[in-house]
Amino acid sequence: MTKQIIVPFGPQHPVLPEPIHLDLVLEDEKVVDVIPSIGYIHRGFEKLVEKREFTEYVFIAERTCGICSFIHGATYCQGIEQIMGIQVPERADYLRTIWSEYSRLHSHLLWLGLYADSFGFENLFMNAWRIRERILDVMEQTTGGRVIQGSCKVGGVRKDISNAKLAEMSRDLDSIRKEMEELTTVFLKDDTVIHRTRNVGVLSRQDAYHLGAVGPTARGSGVAIDLRKTGYAAYSELDFPVVTDSCGDCYSRCLVRCKELFTSVDIIQQAIAKIPDGPVDVKVTGAPNGEFFMRAEQPRGELVHYLKGNGTKFLVRSRIRTPTLTNIPPLVKMLQGCDLADVPVIVLSIDPCISCTER
Amino acid sequence: MKQEQTIIPIEVGRLIGSVEQFRNEGYRLAQIGCTKVGDNSFEINYSFDKDFVLQNLRITVTAETEVPSITGMYWGAFVYENEMHDLFGIQVKGINIDFKGTFIRTAIRYPFGVSVAKEEKK
Repeated sequence: MTKQIIVPFGPQHPVLPEPIHLDLVLEDEKVVDVIPSIGYIHRGFEKLVEKREFTEYVFIAERTCGICSFIHGATYCQGIEQIMGIQVPERADYLRTIWSEYSRLHSHLLWLGLYADSFGFENLFMNAWRIRERILDVMEQTTGGRVIQGSCKVGGVRKDISNAKLAEMSRDLDSIRKEMEELTTVFLKDDTVIHRTRNVGVLSRQDAYHLGAVGPTARGSGVAIDLRKTGYAAYSELDFPVVTDSCGDCYSRCLVRCKELFTSVDIIQQAIAKIPDGPVDVKVTGAPNGEFFMRAEQPRGELVHYLKGNGTKFLVRSRIRTPTLTNIPPLVKMLQGCDLADVPVIVLSIDPCISCTER
Repeated sequence: MKQEQTIIPIEVGRLIGSVEQFRNEGYRLAQIGCTKVGDNSFEINYSFDKDFVLQNLRITVTAETEVPSITGMYWGAFVYENEMHDLFGIQVKGINIDFKGTFIRTAIRYPFGVSVAKEEKK
């Protein structure tokens, strides 16, 4: 029997933007088992809900993640609105959808850059982030914040976007689309990239489903789960496909994200074409009394905000189940049997967001 | 548009059988979450999804109750069960990967649990 050794991977590692620790059990260069461990940056956000009024907690909810912050805030607000029976104005729903898709664009572009970095393609990394800057510029122009927007509130949104600005954004997206076409062609056609990602970290459809994979990790294995299809915000009014691929390897997960960039552009342009005029918020009175599991599609997959109120201004519980937490068991499965040299690429392929996971 | 969901309260003794039924019917485990509802009382919600319909099994336990692990049916449930133990002090029996309190490292032991509730009252 080959001697087994354990190699610690993380929490500090060049490819890890955030700390996760993996004990890799190796036989020669093959990974035979993996023990994951988190807990380096637990912040106790969920506990804060007991000390902040439900209308203020949206700012905390938004800070759960520094990448998909807007979607956290919007999901929290929609959960509270469901408990309180608040109907937000249609324009607010469209604005939430537009900002959510901009968040997805910037998150996927950020990931593509980090992914290129994980296999040593620095130029590709810089190109992905150069395009991402254009997305962040729009976020800043429309909300005032590049990463933390603060534009969502219970009952609607805090800021409107003028119709002239929306038209300008739509035109801008045409040129961004062209740049993204060039970028994604390299990710999907370049021999070097294909060599490092094809048939690496394979997750079967069955494993993806039963291990609880979500987002591009699940869709890359052919599991068509996309919570946007439940029709929250303005998604029920928009036409878009659920992008899937069937190979289940790192290439498939990359392919799904690449195609989703263009889906997001389509969704934003459709939303801009359809957005109605009108108010962007309603007055909120009273306090939430009840509970709701609000689910939304983050760039990394299904997000669950469980909210429970008792009729006071302070919620009893806010439980946030982020997509990376549920993508950890599938990651363990992907790593079993891989080469040690492929571990960074496979870990990056689930787009791990550990700050989000730890809350 | 309201997302469809139901909450089904059950006894702890029926947990394994009910989860097995969901597994056999092709449901995906969406999450397991714990809520403190009294000084020594916790609600645990097991959420299962199929075709965007969320079914939640709910058990109510104390910190001393031994909750059976469902990792035999849903292997990936170990992340939630270890989390419940580390944050709330819930005793989960038979987890496939049991970190024994080291999955989520916190400065205070069981920050959402009974001991913290007592400290806060003081």
